[in-house]
Amino acid sequence: MLELKNLTFTVEDEDGSRRDILSDVSLTIEDGRFIVVTGPNGSGKSTLAKLIMGIEKPTSGRIFFDGEDITEMSVTDRARLGISFAFQQPVRFKGITVLDLLRIASGRELSVSEACGYLSAVGLCAKDYIRRETNASLSGGEIKRIEIATVLARSTRLAVFDEPEAGIDLWSFQNLTHEFTKLRENMNGSIMIISHQERILDIADEIILLTDKGIARRGTKDEIMPEILGTSAAVNMCTGNQSFAGVIR
Amino acid sequence: MLDSISKRILEEVADLHTVPEGAYNIRVNGKSDSRNTTANIDITSKTDVSGIDIRIKDGTKKESVHIPVVLSQSGLKEVVYNDFYIGENCDVTIVAGCGIDNCGNQDSQHDGVHRFFIGRNSHIKYVEKHYGQGDGDGKRILNPVTELTLEEGASAELEMVQIKGVDSTDRKTYAKLGAGARLVVRERLMTHGDQYAVSYYEVSLDGEGSSADVVSRSVARDKSFQKFDSKIIGNTVCNGHTECDAIIMDDARILAVPGLEANSLEAALIHEAAIGKIAGEQLMKLMTLGLTEAEAEERIINGFLK
Repeated sequence: MLELKNLTFTVEDEDGSRRDILSDVSLTIEDGRFIVVTGPNGSGKSTLAKLIMGIEKPTSGRIFFDGEDITEMSVTDRARLGISFAFQQPVRFKGITVLDLLRIASGRELSVSEACGYLSAVGLCAKDYIRRETNASLSGGEIKRIEIATVLARSTRLAVFDEPEAGIDLWSFQNLTHEFTKLRENMNGSIMIISHQERILDIADEIILLTDKGIARRGTKDEIMPEILGTSAAVNMCTGNQSFAGVIR
Repeated sequence: MLDSISKRILEEVADLHTVPEGAYNIRVNGKSDSRNTTANIDITSKTDVSGIDIRIKDGTKKESVHIPVVLSQSGLKEVVYNDFYIGENCDVTIVAGCGIDNCGNQDSQHDGVHRFFIGRNSHIKYVEKHYGQGDGDGKRILNPVTELTLEEGASAELEMVQIKGVDSTDRKTYAKLGAGARLVVRERLMTHGDQYAVSYYEVSLDGEGSSADVVSRSVARDKSFQKFDSKIIGNTVCNGHTECDAIIMDDARILAVPGLEANSLEAALIHEAAIGKIAGEQLMKLMTLGLTEAEAEERIINGFLK
């Protein structure tokens, strides 16, 4: 179980003024849940994900994982405790192959066929990729799928995905949605996805709507969607006066 | 008879655990320790200077030559001249590593001058690994010179590796390519401590349709210094590419000097050079996979130099 208590994350702007990216956010995610966090740009969704992984440290507030206070814990220790993270912009490495990365992720000498299984699960034809370097020769969609495969290979109790749709074309994304559905069925833990995609919202147990004022709403898709579409943010999106990138259908 | 230090060094520089198959000449502390020739590959000692001549008959394929050098005597300095005469239509692998174990306080130095004359349509793969070990204050110095002459349709693939323990290196590589000849160089270098490594390449694309691809990947740690100075000269219709990709760490310094000289309208030459530290997000990604920062750094460097 993940508990966020009164999390605040403040940054200092160039002019020296302080600005809250997140302000007093509290949230509990029970085990075995599939949660999607959505909301306007700038509402702090990605920051929230990074705080959970430890990539950023909160200005104030505490984070508990299975009752243990992990607020001061390093990224490495959180990873070892059972949290994994898929980056919005996956990192590339010269000389580290897809197989190497999956082996690091799984923490053991995965066999080639096991590694291929993870790649197939994200819709990549495994034999074409397993020996390839995770360098600039891979397209945005390919590296994104590999990023998700590394999270599958970790098989942790909490997996956080930061905008998995970013950088993927719509056609590829349809397949990826299918993979998340499967992941939901097979994964023995909780999943938190930061997303604007209605297809992702569709498969969530619960949606959390985050705005610049904090968590505005939390509920099932049927409860939340009308509210999202009825907000002034959605209207702004239509008029081009935009603060909310909106839900992509 | 090889002692345990020599055996260890041979493992490092030539992946040799036992006596190699095929032709070989193992040189230990300034003398030939053992030698083997085959029906197609002959090795003879030079009479005027220190070194050997290696002659490979036309049409020799799938054979290898190992010529590793071991220096374990502190203070030994030598210049060795090895000439390779490779016939036509050959396909051979040549492994020439040098390892120095210096436990004393005098400098040990091996300067190997290798000349390759590669016949028409022959292909060689040349692997040269440098390695140093030993606790002495004396320096381990290697200054290799490699000269290649590639005839029409010949190709050479050079793998130059220096990962550990060599205090000072001044490497010079010269190549002249005939029509349709191709040169591929892959250099991997890691320096640490106060080490100094200079690598100079001068590749002359003289024949029509010749091509060269000279790529260096290096990591400079601690207070070490590296200089990569690569020059490709295009004299006719040809393609040349040189690239230096370096990771800088700690208080190291790296100087990249990519050079191109086109003496023909039809010469297509490209250079690339990049120096940078390990990206923070690369470390972070591997840490999210459960590695510590130090383990992540190690994996990134190992991958980069693989």
